[in-house]
Amino acid sequence: MGDAILVEDVHFSYEGVPALRGVSLTIRTGEVLAIMGENGAGKTTLVKHFIGLLKPERGRVLVFGTDTRDASVAQLARRVGLVFQNPDHQLFAESVEGEVLFTLKNMGYPPDKARAICDSILKLFELDRYKDRSPYSLSIGERKRLAIAAVVSYNPDILVLDEPTAGQDFFNKSKISKLIFKLRMQGKGVVIVTHDVEFAAQVADRVVLMAEGRVIREGGAKDVLTDAEALRRARLMLPQIPATAAILEAEGVSLPSKPLLPGTLYLELLELLDHRWSERE
Amino acid sequence: MALVDLRHVRFRYAGSDSYALNDVSLSAERGEFILLVGPSGCGKSTLLRVLNGLVPHFYEGEFEGEAKVAGLDVRSTPTHVLARHVGMVFQDPENQLFLSSVEREIAFGLENLGLPRSEVRRRVREVLKEFNLESIKEKAPYELSGGQQQKVAIASVMALEPEILALDEPTANLDPLSALEVLTLVNRLVKEKSVLAFVVEHRLEIALRFATRMIVMLDGRVAADGGPREVLLKAGKVVGYPPVTLAHVLLKRKGLVGDGVPLTCEELAEEVIAKWAMRYS
Repeated sequence: MGDAILVEDVHFSYEGVPALRGVSLTIRTGEVLAIMGENGAGKTTLVKHFIGLLKPERGRVLVFGTDTRDASVAQLARRVGLVFQNPDHQLFAESVEGEVLFTLKNMGYPPDKARAICDSILKLFELDRYKDRSPYSLSIGERKRLAIAAVVSYNPDILVLDEPTAGQDFFNKSKISKLIFKLRMQGKGVVIVTHDVEFAAQVADRVVLMAEGRVIREGGAKDVLTDAEALRRARLMLPQIPATAAILEAEGVSLPSKPLLPGTLYLELLELLDHRWSERE
Repeated sequence: MALVDLRHVRFRYAGSDSYALNDVSLSAERGEFILLVGPSGCGKSTLLRVLNGLVPHFYEGEFEGEAKVAGLDVRSTPTHVLARHVGMVFQDPENQLFLSSVEREIAFGLENLGLPRSEVRRRVREVLKEFNLESIKEKAPYELSGGQQQKVAIASVMALEPEILALDEPTANLDPLSALEVLTLVNRLVKEKSVLAFVVEHRLEIALRFATRMIVMLDGRVAADGGPREVLLKAGKVVGYPPVTLAHVLLKRKGLVGDGVPLTCEELAEEVIAKWAMRYS
């Protein structure tokens, strides 16, 4: 794992209204980071800084060592792929494959290479049967997948997904989580901006909670997503499994450690049970 | 006759070669909170559009079968008449709210019904009070948070006093706490006013607690219909199990919980504690 993006004391405001008030954090390759908080907490403003769409008023953002003030959006976007929450903000080609081919051409790939990558990426994202259709004839979930496919196609080192699960059905959500695991296996860094605590519990290694333009808590997913107090301050809910563990605890069934996922809750309860049985013997 | 009565409804959008609804039969009564789930493109939105006549009056296509809402035949009843019986709320409230203030927004539908001014004023006052919107009545919808906008959208359709509320992914763009607030409001209307609510929602971990019935659609057909626990067991592979249900499945294999199907953290904790008490009392 290496440091990919360094955010140092970044301040930013929209027409005098502060959106970021001194944010510092590190994005690493080989890791899935979830940036979480309620609408208006500053999450999207922050990720726009990663490719220089916004420049900090104070502080700085370094992308693989380059200050975003010294590079163009196009240069930064080669290393950091950003997928917006609304896919319609980035889809504009006349066909599904045109969308991917255009992105690859933009990134300087020669036509024959672009063609080969396009075919394999559309297959990977299960969009190949739509390749000649207009992106607008696809469902919103499919359009989102296409927007991700276009960005993944040119192989950036860091992929930033803004609200990847909003409005997505179970199938699409599972596909997106599989893709995230795959990219991490390849050593990429993945940043998801989300308020879907259950999805973050499944895929994130590390979690940053934001509220009112500040980072209010940062740490391993298992620590942050079981911290009821910090989640409450970010106006988020405890995921279901930690919430269940909290009720059990209040009722006197206290688990050895704080479970985040169904499998761990199960194992913890089994362990507790074994322990009780051996005490009896 | 049931409030909603669909018999063998088939619908194919003009220009499409497959049926969006394929032999759908269902009936529903006042006081039901129906959670409508299924993969994107399965026909959920089309089903809601039948209820208020957008299909087939606005979206053209081939319609077969019988659809009655509040005793009216959807095919021969104009949409403005159906609108008095069915209130529709969409994913993106910005598509629905367009006036300069919350108060005007709520008055708009009533004015359209041709009600006398004094009656409009009286109902607007009532609705503002009932939905706790008095403090923001002067605000423009764009000044509100997403959750507030959705509440205003619901209030403005409820001003027409429909018996049926149809909500198409009303919380897709909301953070979890706002989503919970919006669905709590819908649930209150179901319980206190015996409204019949159809809610399309992917986030089962938030919505299931309110459902009195769950309908799963697949490829334009009703794949499962019944109590939420029974339907979840049957169709969990298609719609996904919430984490608590998943944990329960694991624990049940070891006999650590009973046979119930928990839908919430409280229910899972209760199951665990009941077994615990039995073992150690």
